[in-house]
Amino acid sequence: MNYKRITLLAGHYGSGKTNIAVNMALELKKLHENTAIADLDIVNPYFRTLDSKNELEAAGIRLIVSPYANSSLDIPALPQDMYAIVDDESMYSIIDVGGDDRGALALGRLSRMISDENNYDMFLVINRYRPLTPDAQSVQEVLQEIEEAGRLKFTGIINNSNLGAETDAECILNSVKFAEEVSQLTGLPVVLTSVEEKFMDELSGKIDNLFPMKLQKRPVD
Amino acid sequence: MAEKVLMKGNEAIAEAAIQAGCRHYFGYPITPQTEIAAYMAKRMPKIGGTFLQAESEIAAINMVYGVASAGKRVMTSSSSPGISLKSEGLSYLAGADLPALVVNAQRGGPGLGGIQPSQSDYFQATRGGGHGDYHMIVLAPSSVQEMAQLTIRGFELADEYRMTAMILADGTIGQMMEPVSFDFEIKEAPAKPWATTGTKMARPHNVINSLYLNAELLEKTNIERYQKYALIEEKEALAEEYMVEDADIIIAAFGIAARVSKNAVNEARASGIKAGLIRPITLWPFPKAVFAKHADHAKQIISVELSMGQMIEDVQLATQCKVPVSLCYRVGGMIPTPDQVYQAIVEANEKGGK
Repeated sequence: MNYKRITLLAGHYGSGKTNIAVNMALELKKLHENTAIADLDIVNPYFRTLDSKNELEAAGIRLIVSPYANSSLDIPALPQDMYAIVDDESMYSIIDVGGDDRGALALGRLSRMISDENNYDMFLVINRYRPLTPDAQSVQEVLQEIEEAGRLKFTGIINNSNLGAETDAECILNSVKFAEEVSQLTGLPVVLTSVEEKFMDELSGKIDNLFPMKLQKRPVD
Repeated sequence: MAEKVLMKGNEAIAEAAIQAGCRHYFGYPITPQTEIAAYMAKRMPKIGGTFLQAESEIAAINMVYGVASAGKRVMTSSSSPGISLKSEGLSYLAGADLPALVVNAQRGGPGLGGIQPSQSDYFQATRGGGHGDYHMIVLAPSSVQEMAQLTIRGFELADEYRMTAMILADGTIGQMMEPVSFDFEIKEAPAKPWATTGTKMARPHNVINSLYLNAELLEKTNIERYQKYALIEEKEALAEEYMVEDADIIIAAFGIAARVSKNAVNEARASGIKAGLIRPITLWPFPKAVFAKHADHAKQIISVELSMGQMIEDVQLATQCKVPVSLCYRVGGMIPTPDQVYQAIVEANEKGGK
């Protein structure tokens, strides 16, 4: 993919932003030496980019995370070094925004600087199998709420439709129409369809712009 | 919603409650169960229901008392410290024989503890929690699917027996995402002629109350309530039995501990040890008969818990100490690994026995 300097991932709670962020950061690092991943989640104290700390650090990716992420101190704290995202213009970054409008609120601190520089993409991550976003209308509602709270406009859509451990190729194929409907209603292009890497053989040629992912480790099988 | 959806355990509880006809939710946010309130906040206004973030847990449980008195399906949810705050209200619900659903997504304690998963509210839940002689029906889901299923079952049981049903979950099952099918047959709530719905000048007043000015009457009410509890113990105890028929070593575990233990049992079987798992699904009533049935052939029972050993006492009582019961545990928000449980099985198999 052709990465802008800043890539933001936002969307409905539990749509899979963190998994995509981690995989994108690893890909971005191969293209740009100075790469960072920033966790701006102020909603969920669990399942954070920090879960992949070892892998990210081993790859030489800078982690911009709250010192309290994954701890028992459940406060909506932002990383103290988050301004590096906008200040250091030599750095490429993936930004993992918290879920829904409540999560995107934190983005308001950076949105002016990001839109002034105008070298960013903000992708809406969608999963049609999440119960509150089963159709294009409900996705558009979430999109508008996030744009309002985060004060930044989306530039594209990532279709991350999956059913967790029960995902199969058919389940992903059945989400293509949904993603197209979201695209039509919002006027945003579907830039990627993110899938677990084991589905690549089965799906290549059937879906354009597939993005293969290794999934983060889960705490319990 | 016939097609499966991907949900967090907490969201599954909320959606199941709505499908069970619950239109009133009162709560106060606390990690790790806030998704229940968030889901209700989004959905309830769209379906003509009430979501209300109360000023405290104590307020929320008393709002539950109010709606239950009016005969409607109602729920609240919290996590360990919040449940302690609600326990006065739980006792009042019991004293007034009101049906309600209460969720406890347990976190590490005591005190404020932590926000990671725990099972250390077992005593509190199975012994009633608040003051006085009473029980709640306590259901222990071990998957997101069961979070949904047992929520619906909880409403049914609460209505049938006019008492509180508690979903005793934990932070991990609340947070984990799994596919769920909502293909449930849901029983309508039964008629509630006792509810305070207005006499319309056609019947005597219904009174919902837990205060008795006459000691003899209060004694009689307690005794009758325990006759009802005896019936529930006889009819409603539920457990999953996994490879226990010929097992030498039996694991007793519920909720998230049972998931970990199942892996360990499979590993033990693969290495030639006859291991099995009894997973209580109802913690009260405790599935005593299932344990009693297997006490004769087991060499040892290992109670695997995210507590310093609470359910182990019920296992000992159920087996009448016919078989040694040991404990395998982690606390404070830590979860035993399958390997830790497997090692406990190996050790019990080598040393254990009657």
